[in-house]
Amino acid sequence: MRVLFKTSYDQDIDLLVLPGERMRVGALIALAILAPLLLSSYYLSELAIFFSFALAGIGLMVLTGFSGQVSFGHAAFVGIGAYVHAVLVARGVPFPLALAAAGLLAGGVGAALGRAVSAMHGFYLAIATLAFSIVMETVIGAMEPVTGGHMGMPVPGIALFGVALEEAWQQHYLYLAVLLFFVWGVANLMRAPTGRAMIAVRDSETSARSLGIDVRSAKMTAFFVSALIAGVAGGLLAHQLQYLSPETFGVGMSLKLMLMIVVGGLGSISGAIFGAVFVSFLPNAIDALRALMPDGLVSQAGLESFIFGAFIAAFIIFEPDGLHGRWRKLRLFLETYPYYKRATFIRQKRYLKTGRFR
Amino acid sequence: MSTLTVDGLTVAFGGIKALDEVSFHVEPGEVFAIIGPNGAGKSTIFNAISRIYTARAGSIRFHGREILELPPHEVVRLGIARTFQNIELFEKATVLQNLLVGRHSRVRRSAWREFLFLPGVRRGERAARRKVEEILDLLDMQHLRDALVCDLPYGARKNVELARALCAEPELLLLDEPASGLNPEETADMSFWLKDIKEELGVTIVMVEHDMNLVGRIANRVMALAGGRVLSVGSVEEVQSNERVQTAYLGAAA
Repeated sequence: MRVLFKTSYDQDIDLLVLPGERMRVGALIALAILAPLLLSSYYLSELAIFFSFALAGIGLMVLTGFSGQVSFGHAAFVGIGAYVHAVLVARGVPFPLALAAAGLLAGGVGAALGRAVSAMHGFYLAIATLAFSIVMETVIGAMEPVTGGHMGMPVPGIALFGVALEEAWQQHYLYLAVLLFFVWGVANLMRAPTGRAMIAVRDSETSARSLGIDVRSAKMTAFFVSALIAGVAGGLLAHQLQYLSPETFGVGMSLKLMLMIVVGGLGSISGAIFGAVFVSFLPNAIDALRALMPDGLVSQAGLESFIFGAFIAAFIIFEPDGLHGRWRKLRLFLETYPYYKRATFIRQKRYLKTGRFR
Repeated sequence: MSTLTVDGLTVAFGGIKALDEVSFHVEPGEVFAIIGPNGAGKSTIFNAISRIYTARAGSIRFHGREILELPPHEVVRLGIARTFQNIELFEKATVLQNLLVGRHSRVRRSAWREFLFLPGVRRGERAARRKVEEILDLLDMQHLRDALVCDLPYGARKNVELARALCAEPELLLLDEPASGLNPEETADMSFWLKDIKEELGVTIVMVEHDMNLVGRIANRVMALAGGRVLSVGSVEEVQSNERVQTAYLGAAA
């Protein structure tokens, strides 16, 4: 097993220290940069949708993975971002400003929701966020003069500083840049006091308080950052969908985001990305499976949702740490072979927790 | 002036009085132990000081400042840090991260600066690590630095929790059963560390503890509680020989 011998605090603080990590992340970014040379414009726009979902997944990861606050209504923030962005762009507001406004407004709504639900946990929080997203869907549908209601609204094309980005490869780089910016930002936040306060609130609110963390404001910050990122993701997604309708941002999308972070592995940024890869390309895999299934099953409605649900259940039962956890185990297996012990990852039972406070 | 002055503290849950008019004071630099049978209200005192429980009556003053007016997260800023009976660590974080959270009340924060990781943030992180490193050295925990808390055995967790409380640079340390669940060797280590903390860092300690051996070794004064009332305050010998204390622990002579 490699042990990094640290000789300065900066090695603690820096993001990518191990040569292996640097190589993997570098290779991924290089691959993303080279993608326009390798893929047709159809797959590039698929990839742009994937970038948008990965970004929304990172938003949800901040809230659920790092701060421990469940949200089954995150698609609502994606929706707010998408509509704000589309409406502003349609009225001639420049792309960067509209995207920033979409993020900030979604973030503001998120912070307000966060304040309202700051005393809730578990089921109650899940229901409250679910209710919020249903309400938002209705509100967007009812705001017909602005949003086009249930008839939907078209989204104008992207123009950056007066230059129209019509080619798929131009949009690809724009989306990649936005995604990388937020990945970097969230990674920064998580290695600084604010991010650690979120982790503290996730693991023990009581001791977080006793160490001086204002739990309510930490939750509001988490909701703000999370909803802001989801809003920006919505703005990006709007251009790929080209046509918005309230139903797009319903419970189905929220579940998809939740699936991404659970499958990817709660509490890691790379988990959000892995999960987005998995979820985005699951429909293709299901399509491929369809060919193998008997006709009676293929024609069943809801087959895709069923398989989605089955995957969530399977991950929760067999690999609660998600793809990220699986990857860590595989790496340790290779590094320590032949001395790998399964017991390394078997957690001790939690110590008796009588008289725990929330 | 006393470091901590508790006066007429009453905490009740419905009709049950967990603490009934409890008064005591803690002097600067002393180790003050609270003993008593189960359900005596020992931890309740700590939870009232941390503002987890709301007091029904009475006052708790720290250097003359009324604590009962503060929200829970501001207590530590005054210089009061604590540990928990059942260990409340951040399980899925490393020891280092846990200790850095301990610095929370002593650092300035700004989420957007941290998002962009401006140079000031890096300087803050370096300074926080320097401080945390002192505590790691003091408690001889360097080897645990990057371990995940959920991988640690019980005894090590106790020490991590003590270290985390020290990272807040407290003037007053509240320890809820620091030796419970530790073997005799670990308990001996704990008593040396508590002495170090008291003498080298000049921290005043209030501890709830059942291990009378440990109490006898380090406590300057002891308070015995039973049924939410103070039975006796004084030196270890005085309290142990007090008749009411003996009755509370062993029952009345037949």
